[in-house]
Amino acid sequence: MHELSLCRAIAGVVKHHAGDRRVDVVRVRVGALRQVVPDSLAFCWTIVRDDEDMPGAELELEFVRAEVQCSGCGQQSEIESRWSVACPRCTSADVTVVRGEEFLVTSVDVT
Amino acid sequence: MGRFHRHDDGTEHSHDHDHEHGHGHGHGDHTGYATGADRIEVLEAIFAENDNRAEINRKTFEINGIRALNLMSSPGSGKTTVLAATLDEIAAEFAVGIVEGDIATDLDAAKLEGRGAQISLLNTSNGFGGECHLDAPMVNRAIGGLDLPALDLVIVENVGNLVCPAEFDVGEHAKAMVYSVTEGEDKPLKYPVMFRSVDVVLLNKIDLLPHLDADVDTYIAQVRGVNPAATILPVSARTGAGMSEWFDWLRGFVRAR
Repeated sequence: MHELSLCRAIAGVVKHHAGDRRVDVVRVRVGALRQVVPDSLAFCWTIVRDDEDMPGAELELEFVRAEVQCSGCGQQSEIESRWSVACPRCTSADVTVVRGEEFLVTSVDVT
Repeated sequence: MGRFHRHDDGTEHSHDHDHEHGHGHGHGDHTGYATGADRIEVLEAIFAENDNRAEINRKTFEINGIRALNLMSSPGSGKTTVLAATLDEIAAEFAVGIVEGDIATDLDAAKLEGRGAQISLLNTSNGFGGECHLDAPMVNRAIGGLDLPALDLVIVENVGNLVCPAEFDVGEHAKAMVYSVTEGEDKPLKYPVMFRSVDVVLLNKIDLLPHLDADVDTYIAQVRGVNPAATILPVSARTGAGMSEWFDWLRGFVRAR
């Protein structure tokens, strides 16, 4: 829903690191809990990259599945559901998210 | 279109995934992209700039002795009605500033006029049809329109939306949401990021429960299912039922300065 803003934020991070060099590839790591729609992000990127003067910059997304540590049963598990972060073993909602909230630019290729 | 690397197994650089693009390559060896290309390791959070600005807002509030609340909800949950009733109750006790996020109108701000609060309207229209959330730089601009040293409490009324506002720290000390019973009891499961992010949930429009298929316990259980720690307050901003508990929560919040 807010992928256009996200792409602007990505471009801001990239420009800061790339300076005046041409940006060829932008790699972004996205956790499953980040509410990012990949196709929408890719589409918005095609608009923003032109606007931000990096027309050749390709966006590569790397996805990270969500994992929670349960305070109820003490187990760490990967979660399958898109809707809930509850522990898949004992259904407790008293969990700490271990992975899945990542949203960062990992690297850029420049020439 | 961007190339996608779907690491669906969850590991960061496993190789047992489908390459959706036509050329093979090893991770860490992207020489196929462009000769002479340098890879710059970045590892920078995309929200870092927002989070830095949010921290500046938070410090600005604290220097002025202000507690800030980020109020979120879906459109039509009764957020502005809750706020109007809240101002009528507490504006005599505390000096309140409202940052009013609205995509294109001043309709909400008009409803809050004359209730004893300072109001700073923030239209989020940006030429692309309007932002779906408030971010820290926007709130930073808006609080420039408030007389901060005079205030005790700032309530940021976010744009009505259950997805995007949950992602953006605006410099608040707590997050609250208005969740009305007419939205259906499945919403916490559908928008867990929002429901998990909040400290207090106002379960609004409980006067309409007799006309619905679920009772208040069902709604509470659904919120608890994703957020065991949140304070849940069943209220009707229209009839005033339960609102005194909300006012007390807010008093405690402001006094925690």
